[in-house]
Amino acid sequence: MLAEPERGTGAKGQALTIAGRTFPSRLIVGTGKYPSLAIARQAIAASGTSLATVAVRRVDLSRREGESILDILESLQVAVLPNTAGCSTAEEAVRTARLAREAGLSDLVKLEVIGDERTLYPDNEELLKATRILVKEGFIVLPYTNDDLVVARRLRDAGAAAVMPLAAPIGSGLGIQNPVALRILIEAIRDVPVIVDAGVGTASDATIVMELGADGVLMNTGIAGAADPVAMARAMRLAVESGRLALEAGRIPKRLHASASSPIEGTVR
Amino acid sequence: MNGTRREAPDGVTPTALLESLGLSPGRVAIEVNGRVVRRSDLGELRLRDGDVVVIVQFVGGGCWPSRSAVRARRARR
Repeated sequence: MLAEPERGTGAKGQALTIAGRTFPSRLIVGTGKYPSLAIARQAIAASGTSLATVAVRRVDLSRREGESILDILESLQVAVLPNTAGCSTAEEAVRTARLAREAGLSDLVKLEVIGDERTLYPDNEELLKATRILVKEGFIVLPYTNDDLVVARRLRDAGAAAVMPLAAPIGSGLGIQNPVALRILIEAIRDVPVIVDAGVGTASDATIVMELGADGVLMNTGIAGAADPVAMARAMRLAVESGRLALEAGRIPKRLHASASSPIEGTVR
Repeated sequence: MNGTRREAPDGVTPTALLESLGLSPGRVAIEVNGRVVRRSDLGELRLRDGDVVVIVQFVGGGCWPSRSAVRARRARR
């Protein structure tokens, strides 16, 4: 019989610790694809997140700068997690991470090296290469990878501060396509957090991710692409908290037949 | 600079360059000829004629850029 997931491998409660830094929420959000910066601000606030990803892009010198996503994150006291989105080689990703460190004064980097444009699946060979280089340079590397245990182990051994397997392709909203692979990975990787990144489409997906024992979950499109991103952000916050609470509470075993919950004695006949 | 040719005084520092562009040095990073300029060097380094300068900032993002951004990048190549 398949045992239920263990009650979390990291610290208990709703806080997420990465490389010794503690974030009050286990939900990490992306800041792209919002209809406007005003909605982004409200949704990020409603999500209760304490860590949000941003992308590194060339400044458009022909345009005047208005309010930026950094202003929003700063005012909400949300830490910045620069990503290397858009990179398809280790070299590009390393270059982007170095620029992000100088721009943001943060050693954290969400490392993303894409190997296929249609699925946005990671190029794990390049990912490993970039992880090794950046770890050596003192970065706190959070690599986006697929749900392959062997790759996850190699990333951890290379010094990654967390492993971030996908639940389904980025932006697909398909939910958890392979819960078995995720559970195997979560149970095997115990010394660094496992943060499920990509594929969450609605609140129940996020809850299941947490019930599987993941230390955290990262999402962007699931919130930003919803008809009402602010309401969905709140739903996701509650979903992540619920899933974690349920995991730690220890669910009842599944059984084939009914089990009465009222006493039999004294039944009026 | 960021893919376009721009005039700047010879020997200008990255800090002065950012100021002239109205950019806050606290929010951007600069690459000169493919090398990231350390924050501590922004006021020291002297830019010369022909230097290739890339200035980046943070924008909203979660994962891969949008299809339109990918198309724009392809068009630039």
